[in-house]
Amino acid sequence: MKARVHVMLKPGVLDPQGEAVRHALGALGYNTVEGGRQGKVIELDLNETDPEKAKSDVDAMCEKLLANTVIESYSVEIS
Amino acid sequence: MMRAAVLVFPGSNCDRDMAVALRKAGADVTMVWHKDTDLPDGLDVVAIPGGFSFGDYLRCGAIAGRSPICRSVIDFANRGGFVLGVCNGFQILTETGLLPGALMRNAGLKYICKSVELRVETSESAFTSGYAKNQLISIPIAHHEGNYNLSPNDLAALQDQQRIAFRYQDNPNGSVDDIAGVLSENRRVLGMMPHPERAVDLAKPSADGQPFFAGLIEQMATT
Repeated sequence: MKARVHVMLKPGVLDPQGEAVRHALGALGYNTVEGGRQGKVIELDLNETDPEKAKSDVDAMCEKLLANTVIESYSVEIS
Repeated sequence: MMRAAVLVFPGSNCDRDMAVALRKAGADVTMVWHKDTDLPDGLDVVAIPGGFSFGDYLRCGAIAGRSPICRSVIDFANRGGFVLGVCNGFQILTETGLLPGALMRNAGLKYICKSVELRVETSESAFTSGYAKNQLISIPIAHHEGNYNLSPNDLAALQDQQRIAFRYQDNPNGSVDDIAGVLSENRRVLGMMPHPERAVDLAKPSADGQPFFAGLIEQMATT
């Protein structure tokens, strides 16, 4: 199975990189962009056939390493 | 004699500066590789140096914080051991959970390398005993992720317990409450972004880091 993990800064945590992206898009003339947040995507190949087990394992991986839950939230897609 | 260990990760680059500063103050220093599982016996202080451990992959300090040696450092701290983390070492300490909060990308998005003025907020710790409260000192910073962030509740706890060790006089990176360094609840773990080990030599622009190490050695001699 594959897992796709999205890690984003939590709402309310200032994201200077996302703000820089927003600003640069504005400079290119994209005036409709009112905000930007930047995160990361981590893809994992899993030797696991049970989707529920895969999901709970990857959730644990996020808590232990993949996300810093002080400032980041995460979501997991299993396929 | 105070016994100190300096951890070395792939990508550490202030490990030898840290060892020089500790030895200059009179400590017996052992370098400890990240794959080692045990710290040397009879240790007083563990110093986690600056640098770019594991290339800052995933997050600064994230991989180092889960390394074999860091499990021993957590045990050491939980037994009341003294732990100092400077720059990347501070990032690693927040990743291990020994210190609250997290260090994010500087608010101005730039890597900053310069001397900054700090105010010593408490002399009530082994690390800051060489200074007077409210003393102003000049110490270099060199970081891209020094923007300290923590929850309002955690910040209130730091303030109430006088656990903010140093504040920037002119905040360079967006850190909440101008925080440059924080102490653990038992005041035996210190994390700070500025580099006192780079300010111990009179040939450098500042020697304001000398009292930091001298005070630490003196405290270790009396505890």
